[in-house]
Amino acid sequence: MSIEHLNESVSWKDITPGGEIYEGGTAVAIKTGEWRTDTPKFIADKCKQCLLCAPVCPDCSIPVVDGKRGEFDLDHCKGCGICAKVCPFGAIEMMKGEK
Amino acid sequence: MAIRERLSGNEAIANAMRQINPDVMAAFPITPSTEIPQYFSTFVANGRVDTEFVPVESEHSAMSACVGSEAAGARTLTATSSCGLALMWEELYIAASCRLPIALACVNRALSGPININCDHSDSMGARDAGWIQIYAENNQEAYDNFVQAYRIAEHKDVRLPIMICQDGFITSHSVENISLLEDDEVKNFVGEYNPEAYLLNDNASYAVGPYDNPTHYIEHKRQQTQAMINAKQVILDVAKEFKELSGREYGLFEEYKLDDAEIALVIIGSAAGTSKDAVDKLRAEGVKAGLLKLRVFRPFPAEEIAEALKNVKALAIMDRADSFSSQGGPLGAEVTGALYRAGAAVKTVNYVYGLGGRDVKVENILEVFDALKEIEKTGCVGESFRYLSVRE
Repeated sequence: MSIEHLNESVSWKDITPGGEIYEGGTAVAIKTGEWRTDTPKFIADKCKQCLLCAPVCPDCSIPVVDGKRGEFDLDHCKGCGICAKVCPFGAIEMMKGEK
Repeated sequence: MAIRERLSGNEAIANAMRQINPDVMAAFPITPSTEIPQYFSTFVANGRVDTEFVPVESEHSAMSACVGSEAAGARTLTATSSCGLALMWEELYIAASCRLPIALACVNRALSGPININCDHSDSMGARDAGWIQIYAENNQEAYDNFVQAYRIAEHKDVRLPIMICQDGFITSHSVENISLLEDDEVKNFVGEYNPEAYLLNDNASYAVGPYDNPTHYIEHKRQQTQAMINAKQVILDVAKEFKELSGREYGLFEEYKLDDAEIALVIIGSAAGTSKDAVDKLRAEGVKAGLLKLRVFRPFPAEEIAEALKNVKALAIMDRADSFSSQGGPLGAEVTGALYRAGAAVKTVNYVYGLGGRDVKVENILEVFDALKEIEKTGCVGESFRYLSVRE
């Protein structure tokens, strides 16, 4: 059974024994962003694409495509604020709350 | 061709383990189970098995190593007693919920305190809700036979649960009895190869064991785990049937001894069942319709079958070699009474706690219980439904 089927409507008959998982990289499929405390706001105008923020994110919630970071992945961001701390340009602001 | 031997219960279990030749044994010594890893490590040292023996520094580590090893895909076992089992508590639950079919030879000993090294069932009864299959033995032969059957039950695809094979500390573990062993090849063929569908050492497939569960998934996993325990009952019976074809020895969920027409009867687990059979024989010789149900399988609990076997008994004593400190009696008392109630069987029951910390159980002690049952049958009045046997007043 693939991770997509282990969603919140899976029955006890179909769920995998002991919650075991048969594939890698499955954190993508599980929306853990609902635990988020504060929410980062990306201010694109101020961003110089230095990419200091992306590697420090504990949840890989700053997608980088073709050498440029994009909008936050709020399905997985927990709102820890490390990215905002490391940004030298004030391009990330932390908003109170989960939205 | 059966091998006639004379072995202690611990030697018998160690020999069953040798014949199974598991992949890994992780164990820490504790009385009275110490001899099992001791004998087994001799088999390892002498090259009679090719098992990886892991001498850990505690039972917490022993069961942790077993969990890791079994998840890796290795057929794994251990042995322990009393406080050793208690120190495994956390991992017992993890082994069961991760659905890892580890086998554990439990040599029953009282839990501290007061500290005591002798037999009662407080250790394994304390672990009764951990999700392990539990099978108990009356004598050395049964301990050996149960261990030979263990992996066939635990590893069955409808079950996948860890299994505890219990015997009474010192009473059977250190007493030498005549025993009939199967040939090495017979055991090897009966148990078969372990081929788990998924295992961590498989480098061709991704596999994660024991991930975190949110409230959205945890209860579904528990419902599935309980289904595995429900399924285990039929598997235990099927394996016993095959084992009988191989050995000629018959096993079920429990043994009924002169129970067919019994008016007064006992339910009992372990070695004291042998003593109780003597008491039943004495009473039968006097024309008293006494009988006995010796429970072999405590987990899964065969409630319907027990109620069916006991429904015509007039007065029943349920014998617990462990107190649950509910103030109402022991665990077996609660579960057998519950089984009878659910089945609508109007059997008068009394629950005895006996034999704690190795207190000897003699035929005359069991006859006292039957005397009390005769009184209950005659008067129709149970009186104190929770009693201690052979305690100094």
